[in-house]
Amino acid sequence: MPSGSSFRDDIARRAVVTVNFLSRLTSRGGGTVVGGRVGLALAPELLADLAHRRDVILVSGTNGKTTTSAMIAAGWGGAVATNDTGSNMPAGLVAALVASKSHSAVLEVDESWLPDVTQATGARTITLLNLSRDQLDRANEVRRIADRWRALLANARESQVIANANDPLVVYAAELATSVAWCDVPTPWTTDAVSCPHCTQPLHFTESSWWCDCGFAKPNNIATTLRDNLVVRGTPLALDLKLPGAFNQANAAMALTALSLVGVDLALAVARVNALTSVAGRYSVRRWRSHRFRLLLAKNPAGFAAMLLTLERDGSNVWVAINARVADGHDPSWLYDVPFELLRGHRVFCFGDRRLDLATRLEYANVDYVVVNDDSSIPVSAVPVALLANYTAFQEWRTRSRAC
Amino acid sequence: MANKVARVLTIGLIYPELLGTYGDGGNALVLAERARRRNVNAEIINVGIDDEVPGASIYLLGGGEDGPQRLGADLLRRSSFSSRVRDGGYVLAVCAGLQILGTSFAVEGDDEFEGLGLVDIKTHRGESRSVGDLLVRRNGRLLVGFENHGGRTTLGPGVEALGTVERGRGNDGAVDGFATSTLWASYAHGPVLAMNPWFADEVLERVLGLELEPLATVADQLYEERRALLAR
Repeated sequence: MPSGSSFRDDIARRAVVTVNFLSRLTSRGGGTVVGGRVGLALAPELLADLAHRRDVILVSGTNGKTTTSAMIAAGWGGAVATNDTGSNMPAGLVAALVASKSHSAVLEVDESWLPDVTQATGARTITLLNLSRDQLDRANEVRRIADRWRALLANARESQVIANANDPLVVYAAELATSVAWCDVPTPWTTDAVSCPHCTQPLHFTESSWWCDCGFAKPNNIATTLRDNLVVRGTPLALDLKLPGAFNQANAAMALTALSLVGVDLALAVARVNALTSVAGRYSVRRWRSHRFRLLLAKNPAGFAAMLLTLERDGSNVWVAINARVADGHDPSWLYDVPFELLRGHRVFCFGDRRLDLATRLEYANVDYVVVNDDSSIPVSAVPVALLANYTAFQEWRTRSRAC
Repeated sequence: MANKVARVLTIGLIYPELLGTYGDGGNALVLAERARRRNVNAEIINVGIDDEVPGASIYLLGGGEDGPQRLGADLLRRSSFSSRVRDGGYVLAVCAGLQILGTSFAVEGDDEFEGLGLVDIKTHRGESRSVGDLLVRRNGRLLVGFENHGGRTTLGPGVEALGTVERGRGNDGAVDGFATSTLWASYAHGPVLAMNPWFADEVLERVLGLELEPLATVADQLYEERRALLAR
């Protein structure tokens, strides 16, 4: 390696480790992003250098990035470099790659950053899960992201893309790529792709397909199918996840497709993925004061709808925490795109900075709710309650509580 | 309250698949619920892109991205919507919906795309997007909301604004939206009626031709919280 750049990068790498250490020591944040920011400022090519000669799988999309990345890391086996804290912009990626020298790396990448990160890392395996509305006050319009992905993939000739064939915006983004493993996985949320990305005419949907009169349609050459059974590139697999929800089965199908493309034995990989019980603090039972809860991240309409469907209709108390800070997007209008009517029969405890917005949404949905202004008065449930929280609220509750 | 009220409120939610980017469907829910709680039967009709535009007490037009907005305008132009509105149909429109009602608007690829021409307003592309809290004074009351759009809207002679902007951009930094005897339009997108119960009731009273009793809900607390925060 040329000594000039190596010297500079070496200093940068040490700076990242030092700042992260100090950040953790002084408990300012999780100790990943702060150090990464310093590192990027010191060495713009640091990300490229750190990713050099590794097998890197990138994962992007509106929902399921963290879980799918965790499934890829677990399924790969052994040490895998990964940004499992959810810091998915360049700073967080640098921090993750500094923290592990492993040859295998899986990185979840913020949708807006995917083109830059793909170019910087030279990653050849890119997993595209879905595209729907999320934090529109920051990222503007999902179609613009689809356009940027499309421009990226049209030129990334050596890339192997794993893409969701049932999400028209993802298909639009990936259709010019040289090599695509299309995944036919259940994707209920298509509200953001009602009009054709090519010609704006209405798309037609049936149970198993979709198309536009202009010729744009669901791809034929499907690599992976998840219906009653999972078949990944010709290999039937026994998927038996411990993680809940149909959306996690779709995530697993795409994770396993990515793993098969980097040469991982699928029988081993599926056994490892099946065994996962918790992802970055999600799904696991946690304790706070005398309360126990399952902490569930749900940060946009598609994610929230999927999570609400996993709840038992048992009349139990449900906690929901909503913030609208920078990382959440400042506008909680999306609460009206979430089918909170599914919570009728439950009593919902409203937490977070925007608990009155949530309570108003529930009021109009005719769902029983309590606005929690005083958290010492909440009844203790015999069984762990479900706590659905959006991004910064999730982080708060994870910090506030501890694993059981 | 008058128990002889037996009217039915029908709310035509226009193309929610296209014009519903920011939870705009919430406005239909709010109108329906606030009517029901005053013993008025209410029904929300989702008018899909393949449906005829039916008769309704009020139509709601929401926000949408550029492509869907253009498609929505095209579909509405071919429908009975404009003639129903000209015949006195009520409309509440937000964001892209506001622009569609005018004579022209700017979308990606078309700097001047033809609107429905129901109101003499024009929308051009602004230099930057307006994203953030919006506070509008309407007839002495404050309307709170959130805007996210790239348009600059000019009102033609004689067209009245919905109100004056106290925070945010609205049409042009001075005024927001427009109002006629049958139309309300604002850049406050999404569930603007959920955040402003008084505005929801203004719309309801006009459409129903009734004076409504006050309705206390948690939405009043939300309104007070947002108003105090934004007017600060």
